[in-house]
Parts: sequence; structure tokens; C-alpha cells
Amino acid sequence: MSTRKLLLGAVFSCALSFAGAAAAADMTIGFSQIGSESGWRAAETSVSKIEAEKRGIDLKIADAQQKQENQIKAIRSFIAQGVDAIFVAPVVATGWDDVLGEAKDAEIPVVLLDRTIDTKDDSLYLTAVTSDTVHEGAVAGEWLAKEVAGKDCNVVELQGTVGSSPAINRKKGFDEAIASHSNIKLIRSQTGDFTRTKGKEVMESFIKAEGGGKNICAVYAHNDDMQIGAIQAIKEAGLKPGTDILMVSIDAVPDIFKAMADGEANATVELTPNMAGPAFDAVAAFKADGTVPPKWIQTESKLYLPDTAQAEYEARKDLGY
Amino acid sequence: MSFARSFRLSGTGAPQLATLAVILFANWLVFPEFFDLRMQDGRLFGSLIDVLNRGAPVAILAIGMTLVIATKGVDLSVGAIMAICGAVAATMASDGYSLPVILIAALAVGLVCGLWNGLLVAVLDIQPIIATLILMVTGRGIAQLITEGQIVTFTHQGLIAIAGSSFLGLPMPVVIAVVLGVAAAALVRLTALGLLVESIGVNRTASTYAGVDSRSVLITAYVVSGLCAAVAGIIAASDIRGADANNAGLWLELDAILAVVVGGTSLFGGRFSILLSLVGAMVIQAMNTGILLSGYPPELNLIVKAVVIVVILVVQSPVAGRLTTFFRRR
Repeated sequence: MSTRKLLLGAVFSCALSFAGAAAAADMTIGFSQIGSESGWRAAETSVSKIEAEKRGIDLKIADAQQKQENQIKAIRSFIAQGVDAIFVAPVVATGWDDVLGEAKDAEIPVVLLDRTIDTKDDSLYLTAVTSDTVHEGAVAGEWLAKEVAGKDCNVVELQGTVGSSPAINRKKGFDEAIASHSNIKLIRSQTGDFTRTKGKEVMESFIKAEGGGKNICAVYAHNDDMQIGAIQAIKEAGLKPGTDILMVSIDAVPDIFKAMADGEANATVELTPNMAGPAFDAVAAFKADGTVPPKWIQTESKLYLPDTAQAEYEARKDLGY
Repeated sequence: MSFARSFRLSGTGAPQLATLAVILFANWLVFPEFFDLRMQDGRLFGSLIDVLNRGAPVAILAIGMTLVIATKGVDLSVGAIMAICGAVAATMASDGYSLPVILIAALAVGLVCGLWNGLLVAVLDIQPIIATLILMVTGRGIAQLITEGQIVTFTHQGLIAIAGSSFLGLPMPVVIAVVLGVAAAALVRLTALGLLVESIGVNRTASTYAGVDSRSVLITAYVVSGLCAAVAGIIAASDIRGADANNAGLWLELDAILAVVVGGTSLFGGRFSILLSLVGAMVIQAMNTGILLSGYPPELNLIVKAVVIVVILVVQSPVAGRLTTFFRRR
């Protein structure tokens, strides 16, 4: 059944490429997804399917189970099938030149989603759709600066995994945003490894180290999961997260919207799982009249506040986060 | 075979208790309010309580790990079993099952995992490090299947109470760890079980020829380890009110092995002490909490930890022991 579909798709797309331009509605796109490493990744997969369906695109998803060799195999099979475009969420940054060269020889455009690759030859891919993690941190910092409006504020930071690029960049963006506000001081910064358990444990020690939490004005967490752990730690210390301590974090997963609706968190910056939508549009424009998209399409880092939290929670809870 | 024997066999435990005291003292140096305690919502509140509470899961893992290591084995799968059992508990809690049903199911899963390891080691004679590696690797996949790749959250008051409630002011995980530790120590020392475990650890073939049913004893050790991991997994899930299949219990098997080693149990099998393994777990957690309180940049966490561990192991090494006796004689 599926082979027949694949064959049909391949024949179909060949016919179309002969015809010259393919409208979005008739495209077949292969997507080599990393795997299901996190809730966000699962949401990215389901949003990609929804966005493809909206545009009438036949999206074939290959789950690489966190292995590059599986991604390379998937890309080769997409080339053999003659798809119209290939999307890759690369699991690692290096080692893509050969297989992407094969795609280039077959004249199949490649779009990188969510992560980029290290290569000397950037003609190997059409464009990369990623978010700017430095900007995410900056949005969080700017929100805090506006919220405290000149009042003194001691911030504690829950960092992501030490040395990981989102942790480095989200710290950098936040630091830059608060640098011009002398009233905002980062008093403690420790890693919570992007997990709820560690976020809770680190927050417990921050509370003890800062006079039972009285010296803390705000918590900035590099992801929502650590923030959810921190919220529990603050509650167990007899304080009110969201009121006594301002809570701002990044990712916009459903559970943080639930916390915002309950008044326990104040703001989150979205890392959108919709990387495929802009990629589909770029490929469609490229196929239709050869419009070459910019090498980097930056997704929006949108700030969400409690007023829309309930609605956003309802909209996101079934996306597989 | 009295209870006091467990202390005599493993020495007095003086090096372990001294290590713990030194680390607690160091914590007090970097953070003067380290020993401050107050009541918060009927629960003791302070850094010392954090050490006990956060150390409880590793302490519970260390109970089972001690028995396994005493048989000259090792159980690498405990972190993954935590993730599986936490996933089972959280999924059932969000489906609204009652607490006893959830606990029985999660413990049963832990028991089955332990039985699997035990059968591979005792019946198929696979080396323990390989046998338990299988579940270590596949376990997280199994947990992912149970949670369907999501972080399953729950609002089940009964399950939340496992980590969230307290007894005599102490957090429940601490009480569970102490009760399990004392019960396990009593079980192995007041019966012949401890002696049988030690004899298998020293020489399995000889023990078998001497009439010890080494197969059953080995399987029992891995089953106890699986059950301990299940308890730790339930506590971890209850603590964050959710099951995170990717991260629950991640690398905790290594902390548990370290706790056992710091507790003075020999990796070559034979000599062991469950109570000192609990002290070992507290040493590790006291160090972790101290690092968090110190305010050092997080890049230093692992370096500080590594240096302290090296010092502990050097101080406890046989060579250091011989050196101290040598200098005492002078």
C-alpha cells in the first residue's frame, strides 16, 4: 500500500517537474525528523503534519531515532523517490556534505529546520528555518525590564545544560537586554539541565541562599520545564510564584500556559514548533517562479502573557508536547 | 549473627561519617545558614532537609545496588527502571486510578524488570554489566512508549502526597528511605541472607558447591534492586507531579554506584553495608546541595564534584589506610 503510494508520488512528481512548476498543492516533501527526544520535537512533528495538510502537501516523515545514519538513509531514499523538496532537522552539525551533494545533483532543494549545519558550501541547502535563541533571551529580558519599570529587581537564572547552544544564547540575549537597566541585577545563576527535577532542586537552594526567597524579585528560566519545577519549589517555601516572585521563561509549552492561567507564571517566549510552515511557503515560491528565499528564515519569538493563557493552553494541549 | 555485626564487618563506618561531617562543615563555610531550620506548612524547611529529601531517591537506589554489588554484580538499569515505573505511576494517576492500585502496578513493573535482570545474570550467566545494560538502553524507550513521548502530568492528590507530605516534620521520601534502609539491613543481617550474598560475591562456584542456592539469591538481589528503583521512580514522579521519560533518573545509576563505593562496599563483591551506602548517598547529595548554595558558576559544578570524589576515594583507599597505621606506630 505504502510502496504503491510512494511510487505514485514519485511518478506524479516526475511528471510535474517535467511540466515545469509545481503548485504547493501537488508537492511531495520528505521530512527527516530527528526523533522524539522531547515534547517540543513531538509538537514540531504534529504541527508540520497539520501545516502540510492545510496546503495539500504530501508530507512523508522519517523518524531518525536520534541517529545521523538514519537521517542520511532517509534523505537518500527521498532522493530515490524523487520528492519535490527535502526537509532535514539535522541531529548533528557536521557530516552532511556528501548526502546533501547528492540531493543537489538530483536538483532537489533542501531546507534545514530548527538547527543548522556546518558546511563550507552553503549552496547545499536552499534555506534554514530556525529561531534566534539570543533574541528569545532578549525578549524575556525586555519584558522584565518593562514589568519592573525602574524598580530594583534581583533576578535568579535557571540555565539550560551547561555548554549547550540554547543555554549560551538565551543567557547572552537576556544579559544584553538587562545590561542597560542598572536596577535589574542577576544575583544567582545555576544550571537546571532543562529538566523539572533539577529546576526544582536548584530553585530550592536559591530560596535558602537568598533569605528564604525574600531577596528574589524574579526568576528567569531558559525553558518552561525548569520554571514549572521552580514554581513548585516556591510554593513549598510558602511564597506565591507570579505574585511574590515574577516568573519569565522560554518555549511556551502547554503546561506553562496552565500555570499562567492559574496566576503562577507571568510570561513565556515562544519557540514555535511551526518551522515547517515558513519552509513550505519558501519551497512553493521557489518552485513556482524561482524566488530564492534568504539563507536564514528567522521564526518569530512571540511573547505570551497570562491574558491569552487559557486559550493558548486549549489550542496546544493536543499537539503532543 | 547480631545486628551489631553489620557494623563490625564493615569497620565502624568512621571514614564515611567523617567524610559526611567534613562536607557538611564545608557547606557551612560557603553558606553560614546551612544548618538553619524552620517549620513551613508543618514541614521542616532548610538546606539540611533539602540534602535529605533530594538524596532520598539515590539512597533508595543504593539499598538495592549494595546487594547487587555485594554479589560481585552491578545494576546499570536502575535509572531506566525509575523512568519506566514513574511513567506507569503518572499515566495511571492521570487516568484516575486509586493510590493502592497505582503503587502495586508500579512496584510490580519494577519487580518484573528486576526479575528480567536476575534471570539474565543468574540463569543465562550473562555478565551483569552487559545484562543490565540491555534494560538501561531500552528502558527509556519503554518509558517513552508508556508516556507516548510526552511529559505526563497529574493532579492525583494521593500520588502527590508520596513526595509532598511529611511525617514528624520530615519529608516523606526521607522517611521511606530510612524505613527501607533499616528494614533491608535488618533482613540481611538478622537472617543468613547477608552471609549468603557475601559468599556468592566472594566465590559463586564455591558457594554453589557448598550448597548455597546461588541462583535464587542472585535473582533476589536484582529483584530487590528493581523494587528499590520502582520506589525511587514513584518518588521522582510524585515530586514533579509528572513523568519525564527522557530525564527521570538519568545517570542516577552512576550516583547510586558511587554512593555504594563511598559507603565502603567492595566492587569485587563480598564485604557490604547497606547503612553506610545510605551515608554515601548523603555525602553525594550534601556535595550537590553545597555546590548549588555556593553560587559558583555552573561550569565548575562537575569539576568541584570530581575533585571531592577523588579526595574521598583516596582517603578511603587501602594504601591511605596502611599509611595512617604506619604513622600511628611511629
